[in-house]
Amino acid sequence: MRPITYLRATDTATAVAAVSTDPTSDFLAGGTTEVDLLRQNVLNPRRLVDINDLPLTGIEGTPDGGLRIGALARMSDVAAAPVVRERFPLIAQALELGASAQLRNMASMGGNLLQRVRCSYFRDAESACNKREPGTGCSAIEGFSRGHAVLGTSEHCIATHPSDVAVALTALDTRVHTLGPNGERAYPVDDFFLLPGDSPHREHPLEHGELITGIEVPAMPLARHSLYLKVRDRESYEFALVSVALALSVMNGTIADVRMALGGVATKPWRARRAEDFLIGAATVRDNFALAARVEMADARPTPMNAFKVELAQRAIVRALDTLGDGTGPGAGSGSSP
Amino acid sequence: MSARGPALTERGAALEERGPGPVRVRLSVNGTEHTLDIEPRVSLLDALRERLDLTGAKKGCDQGTCGACTVWVDGRRVLACLTLAMTCEGREVTTVEGLAGEGELHEMQRAFIAEDAFQCGFCTPGQIMSAVALIEEGHAGNDAEIKEWMSGNICRCAAYPHIRAAIRAVRDRA
Repeated sequence: MRPITYLRATDTATAVAAVSTDPTSDFLAGGTTEVDLLRQNVLNPRRLVDINDLPLTGIEGTPDGGLRIGALARMSDVAAAPVVRERFPLIAQALELGASAQLRNMASMGGNLLQRVRCSYFRDAESACNKREPGTGCSAIEGFSRGHAVLGTSEHCIATHPSDVAVALTALDTRVHTLGPNGERAYPVDDFFLLPGDSPHREHPLEHGELITGIEVPAMPLARHSLYLKVRDRESYEFALVSVALALSVMNGTIADVRMALGGVATKPWRARRAEDFLIGAATVRDNFALAARVEMADARPTPMNAFKVELAQRAIVRALDTLGDGTGPGAGSGSSP
Repeated sequence: MSARGPALTERGAALEERGPGPVRVRLSVNGTEHTLDIEPRVSLLDALRERLDLTGAKKGCDQGTCGACTVWVDGRRVLACLTLAMTCEGREVTTVEGLAGEGELHEMQRAFIAEDAFQCGFCTPGQIMSAVALIEEGHAGNDAEIKEWMSGNICRCAAYPHIRAAIRAVRDRA
């Protein structure tokens, strides 16, 4: 690992000032991405600003039924919080289906959103990669691409966004709060993650030194009836090939409201708006589920190696809808309960 | 160069930058305070193994995937390879060397022996540190739960059934 300097921040404004005034500084939270990729020579900060002492660890329900999560709350603590499990089962499930117990004890929620892709060409620090070294090309498009994205891709990058919980948060109209050199901002989660387009090195709209301070999940009663379905090569401790975050409200056999997002198949946490639009008002029957899945995946652009994901994603969507649609699935309630 | 602890001080004050050369760091490991001069880039795992001669935590992958380096920081199981030693100033580190009481192995260590829960033994310190934490976390309810919550500790000898037996034995004694 290359030499670095270290400083420990005790208040948020000072931490932001320290990083934003030095292009070679990075924040250090849980370290599960930063230390890993520093050692691999994929990230090259000269200085790390340790933010683990900042008072950003809160996990609290809001009076109206929403949720506020501090950026430095650990994945394990958020997953275990009763208010999260009760109001947003899909968030707790997505967290507990990710990484391992040790990593979940380390990794912060803000860092989770900013974790880097698992594309092996990005991580090897040598191959052509537009995300790591803009303009060098994409090795994955003609290379080993079994785990890569089929939605939201460009001719410059097809790396899959790796987060699970970001998929659940994307289904829930979450807002990401930040503090930067120009003050506080809040981003709708769908605007927070950028498609690769012709600038895959830009994964989010943050300025250098802008720090995620918190995650705000608005009240959403239907989320009490929700799940996170994750399909992967191993049953545990593995990234998704396909995942579905789903919240569903059914009344008299008809879908009254639905939120859906997909993971493992897209270059960003993928809000499945086409499927949602198709499903609202539809009867909870298998044919409708399959049609909604087909509509959502219609624009998929697979490689020969990951073409299976297009079918797998549709089956996963149908299974998630089947599971919640009959009111007996994980996180089940009456669907119309508050 | 500060001796220990949170480097700073008041809002807006300049933070103290330390390194890149060796800096004095105080680590509390298994209840003992150690002072050592290390570069900021040194991982907790390397500090434990190379500087403090605590070689229980093992370096398997050194990239956060195998779990052989599992230790506790402030009582929580974490990966020492992805933890920078300096970030542990002011926190309590526990390694497998700190588990046993005076002249007596921890009950999980005894259970691993009784249940033959290892072959080569390389992953065992990490397995044991995870296993003790697992029971404290309350995630050892049944075999499926044990499998899921121990999945961050890889055993290339595939001693998994015996590891689960050891965990069950300690769980049922509790």
